[in-house]
Amino acid sequence: MANQPRDAAYWARNVTTLKLGEVPAEAVNLNVTGRRVVGPVQGFGKMWQKTMRVELTGADVTPAEVITTWKNEFQRFWPERNWFYAPLAGIAPGEVALLNLGLPGRMRLSTGVLVLYADDESFTLMTPEGHMLAGWITFSAAAEDGVTVAQIQALERTNDPLYELGYLVGGNRLNSRFWVQTAENLARHFGVDPTVESQVVCVDRHRQWRRAGNLAKNAAVRTFLWTLAAPVRWLRRPRR
Amino acid sequence: MTEGSLITDVRELSSRASVIDLKGDVTASAEKALADAYTRASGKFTRTIVLNFSGLEYMNSGGIGMLVTLLVRANRQRQRLVAFGLNEHYRQIFELTRLDEAIGIFDTEAEAFAEADAP
Repeated sequence: MANQPRDAAYWARNVTTLKLGEVPAEAVNLNVTGRRVVGPVQGFGKMWQKTMRVELTGADVTPAEVITTWKNEFQRFWPERNWFYAPLAGIAPGEVALLNLGLPGRMRLSTGVLVLYADDESFTLMTPEGHMLAGWITFSAAAEDGVTVAQIQALERTNDPLYELGYLVGGNRLNSRFWVQTAENLARHFGVDPTVESQVVCVDRHRQWRRAGNLAKNAAVRTFLWTLAAPVRWLRRPRR
Repeated sequence: MTEGSLITDVRELSSRASVIDLKGDVTASAEKALADAYTRASGKFTRTIVLNFSGLEYMNSGGIGMLVTLLVRANRQRQRLVAFGLNEHYRQIFELTRLDEAIGIFDTEAEAFAEADAP
């Protein structure tokens, strides 16, 4: 189209609430459909910028090839006990993915992400209401001095006081470790020694107490209550 | 101007408000240009910074992140950000990312300036 900005095709269209397509039967499908996306502005906790970089030294792979692989096999690079159910159309602008995340104590959290932006050398996921974090995370690759460097960069706040408490007692470190492991797995896939540089910066130390009400949509609590109610659902199942 | 760069210009609107004119690409690599412009725009009594996006040619998700860090800086300095000059495409991005809930968006320069100069 004439006069469209160069980035027009890379952004998701504006949506009010998320809509999830088909998901596998074994996935827990909660806390996605009908939720709004939330950025760092809408979150509760301190704001963090996390950057994990790994140089793919010795790998004969371009940035675009890294991103193509990353989009196509995103789940593959995640630590165990965490599931990313990719949309049928893949990681493309506007698509919505379901996540089932493993929490400490063998708890699970069902939530999702919106593909906010995707081009040949990067893609960005944005979180919905109820997710542990309010913000976005960008996966990118670029050539630096002849070496392809893969990067994960998140700009986030925890979504509510309960998640913020979790962050204070180790969750922040666990979350950073998750992405370090992801970058390491990506590097190993390309046959490279996984030396990940990690930088975690508190961009804003203030908590946004006016967002404490986000707790009402806490996906971990809702998933837990849904799990507890499993016997009731079993008793109420349709009988022949 | 080469593709991929950001040119900024700072104008003082009043003792309480300044304008940052943005021309080019807002991406993560524009961090220094934006930060320097913000420093120049922030006088002792500056309460409002107006971002003029009418020269915006390209913005990716890294650029949106830059705007969030500008917001953090504004809040820390007890200043507010307002914007004008967004075409329909970029206005929708501001709505999608919900940045419009923190950065006031105005249709025209006059409206943005009137808001910026209000006591």
